[in-house]
Amino acid sequence: MAGDIVFELKGACAGYNGRPVLFDIDLTVRASERVAVMGRSGAGKSTLLGLLYAQRPADVALVPQASALVKPLSVFHNVYMGRLDRHSTVYNLRTLVWPAACRVVEVRAVLASVGLEGEIFNAAGALSGGQQQRTSVARALYNGRPILIGDEPVSALDRVQGADVLSRLKERHETIVLALHDVHHALEHADRVVVLEHGRKVIDEPSRKLTANDLLRHFGGEP
Amino acid sequence: MNRLAFGNTSLLFLISALLCLAVADLAVTALNPWAEMARLARGILRPDVLSVEAWSVVWTVAFAVVGVGIGATAGFLLAIAFPHFTAVRVSAMVLRSIHELFWALLLIQVFGLGPATGVLAIAIPYAGIFAKVFAEMIEEADLAAVSVLPSGTSAISAFAFARLPEVAERFKTYTLYRLECGLRSTLVLGFVGLPTIGFHLEGYFKQGKYAEAAALLGVFYLLIGTRRLWARASTVPVLLIGSLLLLPEGVGGGSALANLVRFVTHDIVPAPLRNGDPGSLATWSAFAGWLQAIAWHQVVPGVCNTIVLAQIALVGMGILALVLFPLVSRQFVGRIGQPAGRVLLVVVRSTPEYMLAYLLLQLLGPSMLPAIIALAVHNGAIVGYLMGRHADALDYRADAPHGFNLYAYDTAPRLYGQFLAYSLYRWEIIVRESAIFGILGVATLGYYVDAAISELRLDVAMVLILATVGMCAVIDAVSRRLRRALRISALATRLADAPAV
Repeated sequence: MAGDIVFELKGACAGYNGRPVLFDIDLTVRASERVAVMGRSGAGKSTLLGLLYAQRPADVALVPQASALVKPLSVFHNVYMGRLDRHSTVYNLRTLVWPAACRVVEVRAVLASVGLEGEIFNAAGALSGGQQQRTSVARALYNGRPILIGDEPVSALDRVQGADVLSRLKERHETIVLALHDVHHALEHADRVVVLEHGRKVIDEPSRKLTANDLLRHFGGEP
Repeated sequence: MNRLAFGNTSLLFLISALLCLAVADLAVTALNPWAEMARLARGILRPDVLSVEAWSVVWTVAFAVVGVGIGATAGFLLAIAFPHFTAVRVSAMVLRSIHELFWALLLIQVFGLGPATGVLAIAIPYAGIFAKVFAEMIEEADLAAVSVLPSGTSAISAFAFARLPEVAERFKTYTLYRLECGLRSTLVLGFVGLPTIGFHLEGYFKQGKYAEAAALLGVFYLLIGTRRLWARASTVPVLLIGSLLLLPEGVGGGSALANLVRFVTHDIVPAPLRNGDPGSLATWSAFAGWLQAIAWHQVVPGVCNTIVLAQIALVGMGILALVLFPLVSRQFVGRIGQPAGRVLLVVVRSTPEYMLAYLLLQLLGPSMLPAIIALAVHNGAIVGYLMGRHADALDYRADAPHGFNLYAYDTAPRLYGQFLAYSLYRWEIIVRESAIFGILGVATLGYYVDAAISELRLDVAMVLILATVGMCAVIDAVSRRLRRALRISALATRLADAPAV
């Protein structure tokens, strides 16, 4: 439901490999919000996304930072993996060897929305970095759970392609939390921007109240 | 940083080998070894191709294919449980520590000289090896995709989609490579009576029919050399089904089930316990005395001889490998010399060390010498071949020296850690093989095992086999600690891991 609390952190701290990364974070995300998390690398964005994911893994489709594909498998199988939990083990094993036509049609449609339908039966490992990232996005789109958490899901794409992919994600998923490094993407596609600096939250504002310069001052991305 | 430690380790092994040389029996007792060797050379030059026993070749392939197939399947299942259960790790260790020849000698008691003996003698130890190697491959694989799977995915689906595809290619390569080892093992099983190539070779060597032996061995090298052509993923179903259909008939043995029951409940039960009253103290004190006698008169001398043989062979292997590896490196012998060197080392490596030891025993007479030469040459060729591949994978600076200077100042120092990693890894393999060579008459542990089995004292044989397992486990542990202390435990040790050049 719009407005319900989806994620809630109060005074959250977290470490990575024994090193403290996040300090005293308060963050509430409500249903249908589109939140962009920004900050220099090492600011704690991925750790924050990890904390959120851990709160309700059953409702989240994930686009991890490294595309995390199974490279020897085809693009089709990598995307199908987004719905392994919805089918029986036997059906999944059968799909590994001989996919049903209806699954291929479904997956092809998702791939078409990110411009990859031509690669459907190629090995994921043979794709370029940008294509692998779009495959990872397609897996999350196909998964279709209401909340999307994405860690730099368009970092390997140019700005036009990136905007296109972000629009697809917004169409498909109700609530979105994305780590982004492109200020223009953040201002255009998110309705709320959170900026982290050295593990602390320094900005948490609706994006309409922010300008590119407000953000650049804090994290020094390129205009 | 490690140079000093590398040097000291090498020196220690060298000294131990020299001490062992002082006590080892290295006599050449044959009356006229040169004349026999001349006959061998004539036989090799004029192989008698028409005498080749085609069925022995077919059966060698069939035993190897079915044995490795069952071993790989069982090993795969064990590998999944491997990281989770100590019991699985320990049983895999025990299975692979018992040599296939020991397995064969034990299995003959149950199944006679039948197909089950041949297949299981390969399948059982190989299952232990496959379990360990597959588990290591799964552990090393890229598992990033596992964390992205939707929650609620079943364990089997997760394994099939996110883990298996990452390792399937390595599993395949390793299994097909293991088939090559399986062919060697199967050949050797012929020496204890199974109808494989080794069965005929034993006869030929004994009678000095070297032309016939050369032809049969030539066919074997051809099989190994062309393995990549006939053993591929696409031919596996044909190979498996064909092999199952073509396995030979068994010879005698009676009911396998009755034999197995007798074997487990009677034969391998220690003699003092078999008839004694398990409640009485006298039974157990008799058992202790029985065990002590075996330990003192068989295990101790057997272990000492095994270690003496193994240390000399290990150092011999090391020296040979260091001398031989430039022969297979483009950097040293060029694009023309390298393939020739490779063919030489692959042929030597394909020669089963057991068979080589048997042949040398016929030529030189009984002593430790044949076994030492066989182990040093076989393992030296393996390590030399691998080192050559590493030598070509190195980046050399543009103005690097050439020839001996390059070897002494660049290649050998840079590869010395890798050399020690391979050598220490093969230490345990050489000790296990040394124990086995007892079957040929050298007084290592295998000699006592063979004697106990031929006297039908299987309970004694079991104790001795378990002692062999313990000895190998100790050597393996020492080797691991040494490799960790030398900081070379992350380097390649398996044949399949050497860089492809």
